[in-house]
Amino acid sequence: MRMLINVPETVVADALRGMAAAHPELSVDVENRVIVRRDAPVAGKVGLVSGGGSGHEPLHGGFVGPGMLAAACPGEVFTSPVPDQMVRAAAAVDSGEGVLFVVKNYTGDVLNFDMAAELAEDEGVRLAKVLVNDDVAVTDSLYTAGRRGTGATLFVEKIAGAAAEEGAPLERVESIARQVNENSRSFGVALSASTTPAKGSPTFDLPPGELELGIGIHGEPGRERRPMMTSREIADFAVNAVLEDLPPTSPVIVLVNGMGATPLLELYGFNAEVQRVLSERRVPVVRTLVGNYVTSLDMAGCSVTLCQVDEELLRLWDAPVETPALRWGR
Amino acid sequence: MLDAEFFRRWLTAAAARVDREADRLTELDSAIGDADHGTNMQRGFTAVTAALDKESPQTPGAALTLAGRQLISTVGGASGPLYGTLLRRTGKALGDDAEVTPCQLADALRTGVAAVAQLGGAKAGDKTMLDALEPAVAALGDSTESFAAAREAAEAGALATVPLQARKGRASYLGERSIGHQDPGATSSALLIAALAEVAG
Repeated sequence: MRMLINVPETVVADALRGMAAAHPELSVDVENRVIVRRDAPVAGKVGLVSGGGSGHEPLHGGFVGPGMLAAACPGEVFTSPVPDQMVRAAAAVDSGEGVLFVVKNYTGDVLNFDMAAELAEDEGVRLAKVLVNDDVAVTDSLYTAGRRGTGATLFVEKIAGAAAEEGAPLERVESIARQVNENSRSFGVALSASTTPAKGSPTFDLPPGELELGIGIHGEPGRERRPMMTSREIADFAVNAVLEDLPPTSPVIVLVNGMGATPLLELYGFNAEVQRVLSERRVPVVRTLVGNYVTSLDMAGCSVTLCQVDEELLRLWDAPVETPALRWGR
Repeated sequence: MLDAEFFRRWLTAAAARVDREADRLTELDSAIGDADHGTNMQRGFTAVTAALDKESPQTPGAALTLAGRQLISTVGGASGPLYGTLLRRTGKALGDDAEVTPCQLADALRTGVAAVAQLGGAKAGDKTMLDALEPAVAALGDSTESFAAAREAAEAGALATVPLQARKGRASYLGERSIGHQDPGATSSALLIAALAEVAG
């Protein structure tokens, strides 16, 4: 195993210490694993709290700051955080206006956030939850745990975070978060498996010359394996899968997301193909974001997320944000 | 009769088994999950034994609820809430008695397993913990001898997950590709029941 780590047991704590050193504008509790914007709780504002396994950086800790998340709870690598973390985070960011949990649809995340919500409500925090489930690769929810939450998490956290920053009440922030999730769909592709520090070797075998279509973000294999395709073919496949599931009715924001080990050269090239397909399908693109935002350790590959927006959602997307990984307009 | 000391030995034996089999659990999980089940269970049961040493609970119910709380607070993922619920609900069902009969334990475990099924929205055949736990509690009777039968039923149940297609948890995303692999959760559940048979025997 060649990884830039000391021992697998301390990777998350080590990363948090490094994050704290790099971002004095955040308050990083390494021991309890909670990352909080330093000025929390902000009077009159709803606190957005999210979290999930580590290994998806910059998600979620990289999205903590004015205009986005009030706090993030990183779990062990690819393992959801425990309820104690969310309860602590909720207490730290609650100004009395309530807290919104943004939860990705994975069994572990859902169960732990549910338990945390119950405990936090017992402590008097007014709480709402939104479940992100945007992955079109999972179709048959009767026989699965339901659609996974992937790239749309960024849209939900940014847009609902902007609403919270403006002082919108909890019910409004929650309904905007729900609307963003309902308007977003994703599809992911892996060109290599990821390596978890605990295992030290790739989590699945992907022979050279093949790729996985329809992956999630935890190093799990996808729904289908095929011989390697060109960037153009992958873009056609991914965008069409998304549009088939959510026929275009309004302009979209595009997220071309890298899974961790794919260089920007390739991601920009892929984005060119994504824009081509969207133009052929006559879908207006109002904003585009390209980069590594919802990653899966050292997995090579990418995902495409489209978020259909109206004027209000676009305005909230454009609103100022100041976090380690997303920053504009301030 | 089974006292708090019996339950401490059971949980300690379970921790030892999880420790020994951690690599195997992780290996099973890497086939259809994300390769962390062994590590996560190991972290949780290490916390359980530490807490038992520190707080030395005086009743069977207190020992199990303490263990359950530790698992919820340290494991994460789906395993934390599910195993935590199993032990907490079993412990609560045992109440405050200083000693319980094997029959009481069997009934309490059935309550705990039902709580797991409800929390996870799963049933036997979905390729989860329940495929080991349900046959195990069905085999439990009113004597400690029945614990050995429960162990065999749990191990057979875990083995029987191999040809199943996962319908719950992360493995469900693989669809038909989850077939042919033993479920890591059912495997760790069988470890827990095997530890029970071990300390009873």
